[in-house]
Amino acid sequence: MLNDQDRIFTNIYGYQPWTIDAALKRGDWDGTKELMAKGQEWIIEQVKESGLRGRGGAGFPTGLKWSFMPKESKDGRPSYLVVNADESEPGTCKDREIMRHDPQKIIEGALLAGYAMRAKAAYIYVRGEFILETERLEAAIAQAYDKGFIGKNACGSGYDFDVYVHRGAGAYICGEETALIESLEGKKGQPRLKPPFPANVGVFGCPTTVNNVESIAVAPTILRRGAGWFSGLGRPKNTGTKIFCISGHVNAPCNVEEEMGIPLRELIEKHAGGVRGGWDNLLAVIPGGSSVPLIPKSICDDVLMDFDSLKEVQTGLGTAAVIVMDKSTDIVKAIAKLSHFYKHESCGQCTPCREGTGWMWRVMERLAVGKAQKQEIDMLLDVSKQVEGHTICALGDAAAWPVQGLIRHFRPELERRIDAFHGRTQVAAE
Amino acid sequence: MLNVTQSGGPFAFSEENQKKIKTILAKYPEGRQRSAILPMLDLAQRQNDGWVSSEVIEHVAELLELTEIQVLEVATFYTMFILRPIGRVHVQLCGTTPCWLRGSDDVLRACNDMGLETGKTTEDGLFHLSEVECLGACCNAPMVQINDDYYEDLTYDSMKAVLEAFKRGETPKPGPQVDRQFSAPVGGPTVLKDMITADAGKE
Repeated sequence: MLNDQDRIFTNIYGYQPWTIDAALKRGDWDGTKELMAKGQEWIIEQVKESGLRGRGGAGFPTGLKWSFMPKESKDGRPSYLVVNADESEPGTCKDREIMRHDPQKIIEGALLAGYAMRAKAAYIYVRGEFILETERLEAAIAQAYDKGFIGKNACGSGYDFDVYVHRGAGAYICGEETALIESLEGKKGQPRLKPPFPANVGVFGCPTTVNNVESIAVAPTILRRGAGWFSGLGRPKNTGTKIFCISGHVNAPCNVEEEMGIPLRELIEKHAGGVRGGWDNLLAVIPGGSSVPLIPKSICDDVLMDFDSLKEVQTGLGTAAVIVMDKSTDIVKAIAKLSHFYKHESCGQCTPCREGTGWMWRVMERLAVGKAQKQEIDMLLDVSKQVEGHTICALGDAAAWPVQGLIRHFRPELERRIDAFHGRTQVAAE
Repeated sequence: MLNVTQSGGPFAFSEENQKKIKTILAKYPEGRQRSAILPMLDLAQRQNDGWVSSEVIEHVAELLELTEIQVLEVATFYTMFILRPIGRVHVQLCGTTPCWLRGSDDVLRACNDMGLETGKTTEDGLFHLSEVECLGACCNAPMVQINDDYYEDLTYDSMKAVLEAFKRGETPKPGPQVDRQFSAPVGGPTVLKDMITADAGKE
């Protein structure tokens, strides 16, 4: 288990005040000016060396992403940092805790990341429903301005940097970085075709990097304690700590920061009070937020919680939102509900997603009660593959994967329901 | 005329909101005032008894020098803009898988037993119930959002108690409805116990 001394988010549960003076006591803003004095290249190199991979779901190396930004503006366009706080992936509720209990970590991280990428400002895009979290963040930003940590001559570094909060208005798709940029510009949140990538043409037509809240918030601690400290935790290519959100059929659902690569079983039993009814009562787990395929108990028994271990078993770490389902779960209904989610959240721009998500949901609802033919299972799989990879953004993939995971691991259950349904109707007819 | 409910009277931002709009507009670069569309619609909705009328859309379009359709297409894209009058207490019930696994059906039943029906406003104009998708508080499931606040770790009984309090004109305390510190496990955290100092209080 991770030692408390190695935890970054020491106030994740809000036992201590969120205010800046309390944050200073917890070590935030310690020597920020000196970190900046080491230079932009040093910051980016440290983050690269730390092995930090994006905490928003895709797991792209954060330092590498930062290095894509222009080192100088040849045409006068400024650069921007956008912090993605549009936390909406079902199962995920970690950024909310950072925002309301440890907001200075985001603000200091924004300054350091923004400085490293030569950005003039950061926009923190918060999901619309997080109204109190937005107010908290705004209050924390005002406190940071008062102390001179951000704004003109931030931390006495000679660098000017502003931080703004922008609240959305209810749309899952705005968590996709180019949809978020569209939304920030005052438009419908519909993803952009790439290229151009945001590092060339992002918000307001300027070079932009979009990072998840957690990726930004861990940066100051990595720079203070050193890349080697962070990369010494976890496993190669899957380094550091991560906030896991454990929900569903456990005795004590919770958020907890743990070491990357912790065994799933240990995570659930040490921190979430174990599976309801004991480990043997486990049916399946969705290990990384609603988008990733579920894994049955047999895989859960010894799988490790990191990007590469989960990829090996055909699922993903995603946002590290662990949704636990015990044997009482109607597993088909559980996935049908996710299909409904994606149908509801499709922006409607690409035909495979707009039509496919609704089609998959309708078939899933029928499969939940067995009112289907067995060949429709393969048809559903086939359609899911026509959606996957054929859309502008990854929402199509996200809608396809839960269905594919269900068919991969629970085909006999789907067939059993179809048999039961037709057996029943046959009896009724006789 | 737009295909949105009309309120029957003109809409203009209050003086206080006009000041707020100035602050909002200052966040965005020159010529990018369109970015203020979401915060302005939100302010307007709050001023206009919780819904966006066609007059609001016309006014926001005028202020931002946009066409009405540019504002309308935004207002209809985002779920938080309500385009018709609804009850004063808007109950948004999450039924996505993490909440459903932990009993959102019971919470819905409590709402129904209190006379709330999905998509409808109660006859007294007090409650409006919506079933929504994931609100991002999954470790405190099941939950509902009521106006600006989250009510978490609900059961059939505690949901009823919350609604009864609203009926009495009270605003019950938001957050977990069980003995619990935010998203720490019930029974206390397994880590960072040193952070629980004598003066540590719930915010």
